[in-house]
Amino acid sequence: MALITSKSFIDRLIQENFKFFTGVPCSLLSGLISHLEEVEEAKYIPSVREDAAVGLCAGAYMAGSMPVLLMQNSGLGYCLNAFTSLNLIYRIPVLVIMSWRGQGGKDAPEHIIMGDINQKLLETAGMDYSVLKPENLDQVLETAKRKINEEKLPYTLIVEKGLFDERH
Amino acid sequence: MKGTEAFQELLPLLGDEPVVHANGFICRESFSIKDREENFYMIGSMGLASSIGLGVALCKPDRKVIVLDGDGNVLMSMGTLAMISAEAPNNLVHVVIDNEVYESTGKQRSISNAVPLEQVAKSAGYRQAVRVDKKEEIKPAFEKLMNSEGPVFLLIKVEPCFDPKTGRVTHTPEEITERFMKSLR
Ligand SMILES: Cc1ncc(C[n+]2csc(CCOP(=O)(O)OP(=O)(O)O)c2C)c(N)n1
Ligand SMILES: [Mg+2]
Repeated sequence: MALITSKSFIDRLIQENFKFFTGVPCSLLSGLISHLEEVEEAKYIPSVREDAAVGLCAGAYMAGSMPVLLMQNSGLGYCLNAFTSLNLIYRIPVLVIMSWRGQGGKDAPEHIIMGDINQKLLETAGMDYSVLKPENLDQVLETAKRKINEEKLPYTLIVEKGLFDERH
Repeated sequence: MKGTEAFQELLPLLGDEPVVHANGFICRESFSIKDREENFYMIGSMGLASSIGLGVALCKPDRKVIVLDGDGNVLMSMGTLAMISAEAPNNLVHVVIDNEVYESTGKQRSISNAVPLEQVAKSAGYRQAVRVDKKEEIKPAFEKLMNSEGPVFLLIKVEPCFDPKTGRVTHTPEEITERFMKSLR
């Protein structure tokens, strides 16, 4: 059983006015993307790379939309230059939903190192994040909205395996 | 034609269109010829001018949106040509200043001498992709593409000519964001 249903989470984001979604899939986020493809009120644009998704979100934001970037933590490496040389210095916010593969060293080999360092990378870049849990959802969304609307900076929600229902 | 001549020919043709600039020489040259509030000068994030422009175009369907790109930038993000083709915003005009080098970092060769970028764009699915070599061709080609349904691609073949004395963009990144967003409201 998922701890938060994909549907309720996406509906909540839409209600908070996040209506422009893009990213590169991860199985942990598959339910979110499936639901996005079904709703009328939001747009999901498949990106070919996570850094291109960062650019897409930046353009959408400057044109008045509230963008959300969905990605696996393996995409974080591809995005770091975009975050540091675009979002952080231009004050272009984005809500990042990043799955945490390799958490606790229990995953396929390609995920182990990034699974160990993803939070450290965000901290080194000076980017705030929270690990999303059913019990902190409201509080974390408030923090994310403050970061985005007031400080105009990116905020990352880290998604552990099993948080959302998967659909594949 | 020299790169600078292409800018001198192209920039006077602009109205109030938002223009997303690729980093390096493209930003600096455009800024020193004519600064505009509608210019987004991307000083870092090489390769992302096209995706930023796509985001603007999708969220501002009533405005023509121009991406002013470089060959090195396009080659770095060729996948974005596919995204632009797939989303097919009819208001996106993608202009590429192709000098076959990374001019900003000292004219090291890129590989656009061997890869015809207008054919790449056409094959990806842009509605039109035009290549021009002569200065006189820029105005008619640009005006035709501006009046066509996008996404369209204009490749301007130039010789490198960057003068390192050309100034850098003097606005801070935050100022660039602020005035660009204001110009889009
Ligand atoms: C990720 C990244 N790699 C390398 C650079 C260094 N760099 C800055 S501008 C530039 C060249 C851009 O080439 P092109 O798009 O062809 O524009 P041109 O300089 O020729 O006008 C490079 C390599 C950078 N800024 N970022
Ligand atoms: Mg070049």
